[in-house]
Amino acid sequence: MTDVVLDPTKRGYWTSDQDVRWCPGCGDYGILAAMQFFHAELAAEGSPVSKENTVFVSGIGCAARFPYYMDTYGMHTIHGRAPAIATGLATARPDLDVWVVGGDGDMLSIGGNHLIHALRRNVNLKILLFNNQIYGLTKGQYSPTSEVGKVTKSTPNGSIDNPFNTIGVAAGAGATFIARTHDLDRKHMIETFRRAHEHKGAAFIEIYQNCNVFNDGAYDAITKRAARDEMMINLVHGEPITFGADKQRGVVLDNGAARVADIADVGMDAIVVHDAHAPDPSLAFALGHLASDRQSPTAFGVFRAVDGPEYVEGVNNQLLAVNEAKGPGDLHTLLHSGATWDVA
Amino acid sequence: MTDTADRVEATPLDRVVIRFAGDSGDGMQLTGDRFTSASAIAGNDLATLPEFPAEIRAPQGTLAGVSAFQVHISDHDIHTPGDAPDVLVAMNPAALMSQLGRLVSGGTIILNTDAFDERNLEKCGYEADPRSNGTLDDYTVHEVPMTMLTVEATKDLDVKKRDAERSKNFFALGLISWMYSRPEDPTLDWIKEKFGKNQAVVDANTAAFKAGHAYGETTEMFANRYEVPAAPVGPGTYTNINGNTATSWGMIAAGQLAKLPVFLGSYPITPASDILHELSRHKNFGVRTFQAEDEIAAAGAALGAAFGGHLAYTTTSGPGVALKGETIGLATSMELPMVIIDVQRGGPSTGLPTKTEASDLFLALYGRHGESPLPVVAAYSPSNCFHMAIEASRLALKYRTPVILLTDGYLANGVEPWLLPDVDSLPDISVDFTTEHNGVDADGDPIFLPYLRDEHGSRPWAIPGTAGLEHRVGGLEKADKTGNVSYDPSNHSLMTDLRQAKIDGIADDIPLAEVEGSGDADTLIVGWGSTHGSISAAVEVLAEDGVAVDRLHVTHMAPLPKNLGEAMAGYEHIVVPELNKGQFVKVLRGEFLVDAKSIAKVEGLPFTGREIADGVHAVRGSSQGGVA
Repeated sequence: MTDVVLDPTKRGYWTSDQDVRWCPGCGDYGILAAMQFFHAELAAEGSPVSKENTVFVSGIGCAARFPYYMDTYGMHTIHGRAPAIATGLATARPDLDVWVVGGDGDMLSIGGNHLIHALRRNVNLKILLFNNQIYGLTKGQYSPTSEVGKVTKSTPNGSIDNPFNTIGVAAGAGATFIARTHDLDRKHMIETFRRAHEHKGAAFIEIYQNCNVFNDGAYDAITKRAARDEMMINLVHGEPITFGADKQRGVVLDNGAARVADIADVGMDAIVVHDAHAPDPSLAFALGHLASDRQSPTAFGVFRAVDGPEYVEGVNNQLLAVNEAKGPGDLHTLLHSGATWDVA
Repeated sequence: MTDTADRVEATPLDRVVIRFAGDSGDGMQLTGDRFTSASAIAGNDLATLPEFPAEIRAPQGTLAGVSAFQVHISDHDIHTPGDAPDVLVAMNPAALMSQLGRLVSGGTIILNTDAFDERNLEKCGYEADPRSNGTLDDYTVHEVPMTMLTVEATKDLDVKKRDAERSKNFFALGLISWMYSRPEDPTLDWIKEKFGKNQAVVDANTAAFKAGHAYGETTEMFANRYEVPAAPVGPGTYTNINGNTATSWGMIAAGQLAKLPVFLGSYPITPASDILHELSRHKNFGVRTFQAEDEIAAAGAALGAAFGGHLAYTTTSGPGVALKGETIGLATSMELPMVIIDVQRGGPSTGLPTKTEASDLFLALYGRHGESPLPVVAAYSPSNCFHMAIEASRLALKYRTPVILLTDGYLANGVEPWLLPDVDSLPDISVDFTTEHNGVDADGDPIFLPYLRDEHGSRPWAIPGTAGLEHRVGGLEKADKTGNVSYDPSNHSLMTDLRQAKIDGIADDIPLAEVEGSGDADTLIVGWGSTHGSISAAVEVLAEDGVAVDRLHVTHMAPLPKNLGEAMAGYEHIVVPELNKGQFVKVLRGEFLVDAKSIAKVEGLPFTGREIADGVHAVRGSSQGGVA
């Protein structure tokens, strides 16, 4: 083969030979690059990451083309079903790094059921939800994360259904790792992928992603470079949650609900210290609900990272325990395990 | 062994013998009597046999205190209360111990588990709990906490717990009434009349009866113990087996024979759930079971495991197959091995979940979008489920394709004696994973072509973890050989043909159709699936009627045996009995342009031999006398 990159510390090593077919300017390009660079970084650090032990599993949608572009194993499957299919793969093969990729329609609408169950079981999957608040592949219908009133081809008079709060869904499902990043900040994406990769169990990452054709600029008020200081709240475990050009604002809790306040008004002591390791998911839930629209200060980073029993390990421990107790299965013994009789 | 003789005179399907047994104080006579009355109102012929201890009140919980009532109900004339009960309701350990020997082998036992405490076990001399020491392995056992459920059902009423417990016989009556579709009103009216003076007792008994009825309904307990009238003939070791257990053991065996770990993704559904239960008990065979969040996830997880190199199954019934259809289509496109087991039941929709039917044949053959051919095989008896599970697995692995195995509620719960196979005689169904490059690029450098086909048309199975063979599979159409996404019109046409040719070619790898009989009869009965036993009975009935017929039973529904058309040639009459409205007969007519005639039945019950024989007479224009 020509142009083969043999150095795993280079992005090209992780890049497949397939032409990328997303629309020019799509936020997905940035996410793909971040994932390829992330794997190159892992290799450079001497992590045991390898092409052959990495699998990307996706559903259907623009985001779901992702596996074709990673030079690893991959499955491009069915609308909504990637978390379920990946659960089977991860359960069968605990030795693999299994990543799940999908969009907001894929994972929160048709596949909502599989997402919450993969999270509640704490299957060792790294789940990336590319949230662009629109159906792109079907050319522009509103999605389960679109804001109320959104005018699309299927909602010419504005949508009337409430959107999901994505972080809240994950927290409600008992996810042990919940994070948010966005497609314009490669460094932040890589750092978030790294934290997820290190997590044992299901890791859920929401990625704010721009669809420049059907929902352009949905996050501009938050993630554009000029807006970031005043609109992005970077969560750091163990530190007070503050933001703003002069760190002049912060997050306080009122009866369990998070809201933004000026530190000058409430005093530094009132500012919440982020605890991503709290066993109770309330804080993650509250921080997820901090912004009710895409024009308000919004939390990014790791909302929650707690230890919990991992599903695949549980499955395999049971196999080992039964094998130990009963000895390896013997087919002849099995067939004769009921009442038998002999005919001469 | 004595039950071999019993087996020959298998219980006809249109009658049942039920025995209620409990302590003298448990109200068994009353229960039996009420069931009998309800049955009389339902129009059954019946005969009863009350048996109670001589003592008015023997010590509670002892063998001497057991009171029993046997009732034989039937839709035709009967003359006895039945030799051996098919169903035993045992309200305590003493009842079980004293009555178990009477029950037919493989019969159904319904236990009030609340009475199985140490004290009661001791009183009648059980040294170990018969529920867990293998004593009941030979039976279908339903363990029901009747006392607890009765107390629960009456807790809002103005009755003391002790009094409430006494209504448990009405719980048992409600349960059995549900199982045998007895009308409820006569019993409810009778309760009012009998206990009218004491409203608390009326309420408690009514609540218990209704709770028992509801329990049967919501837990979908199977009413009928179907018998296949096959007598063991050859020498060897036998065991009694039902179809779901045979299917489960076949799956475990297939894993051993393929030298692969077994993965089952499943979602509870009647009448398939027992396969999930059974496989979950055998983790020491390297079996992983995954109870998914829904049918779709169950199939999806299986497909994921197949990509990872496991022998993957999903088990379900018709409604579940409908939900799995998209995943089966993906497996057809990805060309990965997986087996879908459909334990058919009455449909459409929820239909008759506990009753048998064979109406998913079209669903199995055609129930997917796009051109998505796959092999379909059907088991013909409970024990045959074992072999067909292996056969389905063999085809899936060798041809890298989803395969549907059809069984049904009749096979799943039917019990027959099984001449146990020698494990060493079972086929080796192992296949090799691909570990090496299998092509070269334009520069002559080695590459991996995931859709390069072997002599069977099968593509390589290279699993994650294999260095150098990284590749992506998906539901989008793939370019021939490379597997890259392709929208090229002629490539799609080619790939469609290649997938079809692969499945068609399996016809060279399956047994030929065999006609049983003289070969010179004018009539051929063509069957498939669980009608095998009924057709055997029909052939005998027809012989008694003076009509000799040949028969042929199909196990490979797609692709069909390549000599099937030839085998059917020359018969004046071809008759196809099916537990559906005539699905296979349409396949035969469409494939072979033969004038095959249908005998259809969708009553949730298997055919009797007479029903098929009468159908054959109607087609031939003959009668029981032989000639019209």
